[in-house]
Amino acid sequence: MRQDQPQPSVEDLKRIIDSHIHLEGPLLPILHAMQSAYGHVPQDAVPLLAEALNIGRAEVHGVMTFYHDFREVPAGRHVVKICRAEACQAVGGEALAEATLKKLGLEWHGTTANGAVTIEPVYCLGLCACGPAAMVDGRVVGRLDGARMDRILAEAGA
Amino acid sequence: MKIYVPRDAAARALGADDVARAIADEAARRGLTVEIVRNGSRGMIWLEPLVEIERDGRRLAYGPVDATDAAALLDGALPCHGTVEDIPFFARQTRLTFARVGLIDPLDLADYEAHGGLKGLRRALSMTPADVVAEVTASGLRGRGGAGFPTGIKWETVRKAAADRKYIVCNADEGDSGTFADRMLMEGDPFTLIEGMAIAGIGVSAAKGFVYIRSEYPDAIEVMEAAVRIARGAGVLGASVLGSGPAFDIEVRVGAGAYVCGEETSLLNSLEGKRGIVRAKPPLPALEGLFGKPTVVNNVLSLATVPVIFEKGAAHYAGFGLGRSKGTMPIQIAGNVKFGGLFETAFGMPLGDLVNDIAGGTASGRPVKAVQVGGPLGAYMAPAKFATPFGYEEFDGQGGLIGHAGIVVFDDSADMLKLARFAMEFCAVESCGKCTPCRIGSTRGVETIDRIARGDSSAIPILTDLCETMKDGSLCALGGFTPFPVMSALTQFPEDFACQKEAAE
Ligand SMILES: Cc1cc2nc3c(=O)[nH]c(=O)nc-3n(C[C@H](O)[C@H](O)[C@H](O)COP(=O)(O)O)c2cc1C
Ligand code: SF4
Ligand code: FES
Repeated sequence: MRQDQPQPSVEDLKRIIDSHIHLEGPLLPILHAMQSAYGHVPQDAVPLLAEALNIGRAEVHGVMTFYHDFREVPAGRHVVKICRAEACQAVGGEALAEATLKKLGLEWHGTTANGAVTIEPVYCLGLCACGPAAMVDGRVVGRLDGARMDRILAEAGA
Repeated sequence: MKIYVPRDAAARALGADDVARAIADEAARRGLTVEIVRNGSRGMIWLEPLVEIERDGRRLAYGPVDATDAAALLDGALPCHGTVEDIPFFARQTRLTFARVGLIDPLDLADYEAHGGLKGLRRALSMTPADVVAEVTASGLRGRGGAGFPTGIKWETVRKAAADRKYIVCNADEGDSGTFADRMLMEGDPFTLIEGMAIAGIGVSAAKGFVYIRSEYPDAIEVMEAAVRIARGAGVLGASVLGSGPAFDIEVRVGAGAYVCGEETSLLNSLEGKRGIVRAKPPLPALEGLFGKPTVVNNVLSLATVPVIFEKGAAHYAGFGLGRSKGTMPIQIAGNVKFGGLFETAFGMPLGDLVNDIAGGTASGRPVKAVQVGGPLGAYMAPAKFATPFGYEEFDGQGGLIGHAGIVVFDDSADMLKLARFAMEFCAVESCGKCTPCRIGSTRGVETIDRIARGDSSAIPILTDLCETMKDGSLCALGGFTPFPVMSALTQFPEDFACQKEAAE
């Protein structure tokens, strides 16, 4: 998230790698740690990871792109993930998502022009008995309607 | 005075944190000493945030409570449901796996033990590994992740495999829409999962376990990580389980937003730090699993049911259920329903009773059109199939599956063509890419359904053929079962696929 976050140095990235390298299968934990520190996985990390794990750069890149969570560029300052899955559809989730995108003039994965909000699809948040559901920067919200979504977007500065 | 305000994600999504804060503030204003316990959810999501106040040894339930209700709550001026056990939705359940969820403080090990926790593990520690596995086999427990494979048989394969290292992997990827039991269990009673994994470790001689939790569950991740630390600190986990057993420790790992990583071999690749591509079987993970070592992969609910089996005995557990579906199932009722939440009951209740009676029909008050059981790969079932008893074979016989036991209810405003299209789109988004029928076929499926929507009825047989190809040519159930929701929608609701052009003519 957070476009205003500092660009990490090679030393910063190496420190993250070093603190996880002892794990069995350390790649995903490292990618998560970088993403949580910088809001994305910087390109500079790819050769460092390849070397540390003794795998090809293409393999590192392949892993990064396979998973929906990892970003190559930062998202907006706030990320709103709206559930698109069936149980939320059953209670009007699709209409809510469409209205939200339309209001912001965005497609899925799009970021508002002021960099405040990125809208992502998510397929179930385990809140299927209190949908439509969304997650705002890691905070869950249930029984959403247009008014509550407007408040969320306003608070986020969209 | 003890006040329980759930920390379950669903309760938080409905304002439980604000409620807890408001109660604490109001109590402070009145000079009252209150202890606020952040418990798990009791499972009645329509009543969340559901607050319980303990008075004279009784826990009185109020809900849904809003933060603005704090004063009225402490005045005793809010309408009370009696105790949770009095509420019909709760009273009708048989809670074995979920016995402690919502009842205890999830991170209080003493509270856990006071409610029967660790009894099963202590018993398992007194048994030989072969007897531990035999107990699980005798319980009739089958995998709760979807496939329903007998857990004891899986464990026996791992137990007999000779290797320098073995692993227990808990599948907490819970990606199916309409399911949240794994989440609720991890947030509400995490020590049960830890205990179940430790028993599995004893049974198959594995010293290391991983819990792979999807990243969409930050609350569950937080609670599980804390619980593992506490269990390690208390010697439940570590160099010697409970100070007398073999070594066993657990690490929590976080997924990265890929539905297919719930498939067990994809999950293993993900844990190894690879792309989550599905592996061909054989080799079975039980023989060559994580890092090539014999591995038990089990769903959260399968593992979390193990402690009660050891506490009460395999025969007690097997005494519940129907036919080859033994024991109880934590059924998750979701979507357009009046009473949504977690309902644990013995296998065998007819689907219609669950939908109309337990769930109270739709929240919108409109007639039920269809119910999707078993997540995005499960069939849509029309009310004509409501007599089907909730069991593995019974659903299979109706062209459906119970999967992870999520029930998603739709009212008559549902457009089955749109839902079929969504199933194909979901498959296209989440395909691991290994098989052409899944990777390409799902995109073709979306296009074909769009043609039908535009009025081209000649595309209907094409869709049917495509579904056959996906069924036959897919390595895993993502490509192989996506035809279930699509074809069940098409065959039971042909009117939704009747073309607009024809209608206009
Ligand atoms: C596409 C796909 C997704 C799956 N997702 C899950 C999941 O989220 N959780 C789970 O326990 N099993 C999931 N499974 C089933 C697992 O492959 C496996 O059968 C299960 O983890 C075994 O544990 P069990 O025997 O305790 O059910 C999935 C299977 C497929 C094909
Ligand atoms: S069916 Fe789809 S998800 Fe499953 S292995 Fe094949 S391509 Fe991957
Ligand atoms: S379907 Fe939206 S939270 Fe589960």
